[in-house]
Amino acid sequence: MKTLSELDAAQGRYVMQHAAFTIERGHEAQWLRDLRSRALERFAALGFPTTRHEEWKYTDVRPIARFETQNEAPSLNGLATAGPQKWALDGAHRLVWFNGRFAPELSQIGALPEGVTVCSIAEALANHSEIVQQNLARFAGFENEAFVALNTAFFEDGALVHVPNNVVIEAPIHLLFLSAGGTQSQPRNLFLVGDNSKVTIIEEYAGKSASETAYFCNAVTEVSVGKNAEVDHHKLVLEADAAYHVATMQVQQDRDCRFSSHAITFGGRLVRNQGNAVMGGTNIETTLNGLYVGGADQVIDNHTIMDHAQPHCASHEHYAGILAGKSRGVFNGKIFVRLDAQKTDAKQSNRTLLLSREAEIDAKPQLEIFADDVKCTHGATIGQLDDDALFYLRARGINKEAAQDILTHAFASDILERIKVAPLRERLERELFAKLQSVR
Amino acid sequence: MQEKQVILEIRDLHARVEDKEILRGINLTVNAGETHAIMGLNGSGKSTLAQVLAGREEYEVTQGEVLYKGENLLDMAPDERAQKGVFLAFQYPVEIPGVNTSYFLRAALNSIRKAHGEEEMDATQFLKLVRQKMGIVELDKSFLSRSINEGFSGGEKKRFEIFQMAVLEPTLGILDETDSGLDIDALRIVANGVNTLKNEGNAFVVVTHYQRLLNYIVPDFVHILMDGRIVQTGDKQLAIDLDTSGYKQLQEAAR
Repeated sequence: MKTLSELDAAQGRYVMQHAAFTIERGHEAQWLRDLRSRALERFAALGFPTTRHEEWKYTDVRPIARFETQNEAPSLNGLATAGPQKWALDGAHRLVWFNGRFAPELSQIGALPEGVTVCSIAEALANHSEIVQQNLARFAGFENEAFVALNTAFFEDGALVHVPNNVVIEAPIHLLFLSAGGTQSQPRNLFLVGDNSKVTIIEEYAGKSASETAYFCNAVTEVSVGKNAEVDHHKLVLEADAAYHVATMQVQQDRDCRFSSHAITFGGRLVRNQGNAVMGGTNIETTLNGLYVGGADQVIDNHTIMDHAQPHCASHEHYAGILAGKSRGVFNGKIFVRLDAQKTDAKQSNRTLLLSREAEIDAKPQLEIFADDVKCTHGATIGQLDDDALFYLRARGINKEAAQDILTHAFASDILERIKVAPLRERLERELFAKLQSVR
Repeated sequence: MQEKQVILEIRDLHARVEDKEILRGINLTVNAGETHAIMGLNGSGKSTLAQVLAGREEYEVTQGEVLYKGENLLDMAPDERAQKGVFLAFQYPVEIPGVNTSYFLRAALNSIRKAHGEEEMDATQFLKLVRQKMGIVELDKSFLSRSINEGFSGGEKKRFEIFQMAVLEPTLGILDETDSGLDIDALRIVANGVNTLKNEGNAFVVVTHYQRLLNYIVPDFVHILMDGRIVQTGDKQLAIDLDTSGYKQLQEAAR
């Protein structure tokens, strides 16, 4: 019963910490204090999920539960000097958080159209933002989600992007969350996009790659997409090798809108991305794509839910994973087609390339269809590099290692090519190249 | 007269795939400046021979040897063979989505140049070379931005094979049923490509089922392959005779 007691102890530790946290944050509005205490209650009741939990069957979170923040205050050190240049994206508005707290000195927000708010959640709360009060925790439920409950109870900061109706923001908004070893952060993001508006958001989590010390980042992102709006979202997990990263994205969509998200994971020791999209109106188009590359003993778990709640919606999902060393991947793609959701068109594919004998993937497409006039397709492939393709390249004089690299890169490029933001795509091409070199 | 350089010498070559013996004692000498046609029915072993020469690992050589310019070819990895000037035009060129043709061809050319101790070609030099070679097989430059063979028609795939051969300038070009599935225009383009590349220093082995291609690529020697052995060798007339009399007669004569 060691498992249980270990998780119980961790849970107890967070409950204890919350008492101190609440005292520290005595200035907070009552609604928020109430919300936090409800969330903590749920966390205390749920506890950290064990592998007996269906949704966590393949991912053991005990290392996360065991993790404790180190006492000495971490400094920006190399992170501040090495970049944000290292992470810079040409032409994007940039907001940076360091260990979960907004760092205005590293941020650079350009001119934005009137009525648009792009700021830290902490700042919005300090200004008694009604928008935040009305929408925070409205989409991402914590009743049955321990990590969402934990985040809701403990979050300090994150991003607020509020775009009113009929506004197009041309430049991408780049939200960069940097962490140092030994720290813990609970970023909380709220993206509210009005009717007929358009915005591109890049949510990036990164750390010092050479850092040997673990840290824990548990993010929750809530997105509301208005009628006929268009949101192009990107989630990058370029965390340090020793990082634990858990993130939940909950998207609520209104009719005629388009939402797409690309989840790219190269970093982190234990990563769980949960992406849920609810199509709450007709004629919606949702895209959830993902690419992950794991090496050494990385565990990368992607869970998605496409919830077709209304008729005439289309969803697209393409995931590709490359696993080397002793790394493990999990892909769980749920598609719900509710009783009313006639004329649904749902497509899902997930492909995995295993580069070593010890690498492992657990892939599970899950279709739950209650309507009868729908089109749902899914495909999963797991395999090694194609021998015929490998021979073809070698027969032209390209040596074996280079040929393997070319094919591995091509496998991943299929996903990266779908990213529309050119500077981001180019940067990720470089990151991919470096990552593939490191896992080879 | 100066002695011709021997490019390829195959001695008593036996090869099998899994438990099936396909090549059962091939002997063949190819000199510089020569074109050899290898003809035979399906299953006679002609494609196997082409694949074995290119280094395909599925085939196990059980007996005999192959010398390429005096070196043991069978000891070399496929990439090493290509770097030394052996080129196989595939019967079924492989589609490789996500790998740009131009990137691929430059990587191939540069690894060959590197193996020869030559400097790598930069993008500008490469583009110049490629433009010049594309004319040989009447390929459009839009090919350069496509993925390798992806969505190419049968004829485009074969033309792309010959185009690669034009860029890589091999010493020994092996054409594995390059004519299969080609219409007469594509056949002419492919043959012209090969004829343009022919010179005194290189050699070609053309594997084919039909005589038709040999009207365009005129061979110095024609070899008939049957049950894994060369049963008859002659000049281009042999191919013409074969076309009229058919393999069947030959088969009976061989018995």
